[in-house]
Amino acid sequence: MLSVSNVSKTYAAGDKALDDVSFTIPSGQVVGLIGPSGAGKSTLIRCVNRLVEPSSGTITLGDTPITGLSAGELRAVRRRIGMIFQEYALVERLTVMENVLSGRLGYVSFWRSLLRRYPSTDVQKAYALLDRVGLIDHASKRADALSGGQRQRVGIARALEQDPELLLIDEPTASLDPKTSRQIMRLLIEICNERQLPAIINIHDVVLARQFTERIIGLQAGRIVFDGPPSELNETVLTKIYGEEDWTTLDNESEAA
Amino acid sequence: MHASSKTTNTHADISAYPSHWKRPPVFIQRAWLRWAIGLAALLWFVLALGTIEVNWTRVAEGLERGWRFIKGFLTPDFTTRWSDISKGLIESLTMTLTSTVVGVLLSVPVGIGAARNVAPKAVYYVCRSIIAVSRSLQEIIIAILFVTMFGFGPFAGFLTLSFATIGFMAKLLAEDIEDIDEKQSEAIRATGASWLQLINYGVQPQVMPRLIGLSLYRLDINFRESAVIGIVGAGGIGATLNTAIDRYEFDSAGAILIIIIAVVMVAEYSSGYVRRWAQ
Ligand SMILES: Nc1ncnc2c1ncn2[C@@H]1O[C@H](COP(=O)(O)OP(=O)(O)OP(=O)(O)O)[C@@H](O)[C@H]1O
Ligand SMILES: [Mg+2]
Repeated sequence: MLSVSNVSKTYAAGDKALDDVSFTIPSGQVVGLIGPSGAGKSTLIRCVNRLVEPSSGTITLGDTPITGLSAGELRAVRRRIGMIFQEYALVERLTVMENVLSGRLGYVSFWRSLLRRYPSTDVQKAYALLDRVGLIDHASKRADALSGGQRQRVGIARALEQDPELLLIDEPTASLDPKTSRQIMRLLIEICNERQLPAIINIHDVVLARQFTERIIGLQAGRIVFDGPPSELNETVLTKIYGEEDWTTLDNESEAA
Repeated sequence: MHASSKTTNTHADISAYPSHWKRPPVFIQRAWLRWAIGLAALLWFVLALGTIEVNWTRVAEGLERGWRFIKGFLTPDFTTRWSDISKGLIESLTMTLTSTVVGVLLSVPVGIGAARNVAPKAVYYVCRSIIAVSRSLQEIIIAILFVTMFGFGPFAGFLTLSFATIGFMAKLLAEDIEDIDEKQSEAIRATGASWLQLINYGVQPQVMPRLIGLSLYRLDINFRESAVIGIVGAGGIGATLNTAIDRYEFDSAGAILIIIIAVVMVAEYSSGYVRRWAQ
């Protein structure tokens, strides 16, 4: 379970990116985080694993308060949180297998990771995950030899290799075509359901968010302006999140989908 | 509705707009000042040229000696001084290789320390200072220093080249590390990796090809430098070359120059090959 309470973030430049944000996510729940560009979606999920340092407020994962940990303790909590990125963020010149195994870096010693001598259970798990995402034949290829959809699958496998208790997913489909986007979303949702894994999916596509998540949080200028099931996401709410626009076409589209 | 307002816009009378645009001057706004500074610089150059004294008899002698040198170069003599040349060459190659290896090995930690995005502030300043000192002293000056400290011979040359390699390699490595794709290293950080693991997984794969390329480049710079610092007593082929010129044995000197060119060319071609492989 993740709980975020009264988190604010002001960047050094003075931009207030998050303003008193609070919510909790029970285990197994997949939350779609929507909002216009610059609303603070990326900032929020980065605060959770402290890639961005929150200015105030507390975040706890299970019983562990994430805010206020020392560097060593932070490593130990980061390995419990898997992260998936918009542009995949694979290490391009490493092989697919090395990328997946890098999910174990928080668990193994430097020497093991340097010599690529991971415990055999880690290697087996990596193979199983590559099989799960349909890439078992590509284990020895270099990451930069894969297509966008394949890279995102490797990104997913890397995050799961960590045995995470929470997934943070920053715009997983923004660089992919509509069909691949849906496949990736479906894969993510299936995996979260299989493992009862809570997740925050930061997403631009309202139709996809509605289609695939059970709860939606709407962020606008750093504040939560909506928190509820997708069915309550009507024109009034969308206007509150994104501003005045003709939302009827979007409704038709999602009904058709 | 949108479309129609757009068409009226393009139909607006275009001749009402200015037909000329000139790029504003970048440095000095006032035209007369720009011209005045330009003229002053030209005048300075002409006057400075006038102060260089030219002794025409010396020039004539020099040209004649230069001609003998060229003739020597065209009729190189590898045999007469072959034992000196081969000894100098081997000394230079040994000096080059050892100093490049040692210099590169030492430059890696210094370079990582001098990269703002991976090193703590204090370490960053220390490493930047090491680089600054190493780079501000030209090889010949360091060589003179080491020759006076450790005496004539290749050991002084080895130290000189190692020292110079650290500054050169560490600076370029640090810049390369500062230019890496942060998304990749951030993803590694997000897994809970330690600092060493971050360097090994998030940084090293991104900078390795360039590090290899630069090491090879430094190898041939070091060989060329070994010929120069030999002249101030740091051993190697430079010392042999210096002796040959002192004795007016231009044919042996020519042979040495040809050998230097050949070695650099071999280094050039093979480094291109290795670099392609390192990608
Ligand atoms: N590293 C940073 N330094 C300073 N300001 C930042 C930084 N990152 C983000 N911001 C600012 O914080 C605000 C929120 O940015 P954030 O990236 O969280 O938005 P977002 O909702 O993810 O937008 P997008 O949908 O475009 O990804 C923006 O105003 C942005 O300019
Ligand atoms: Mg974002």
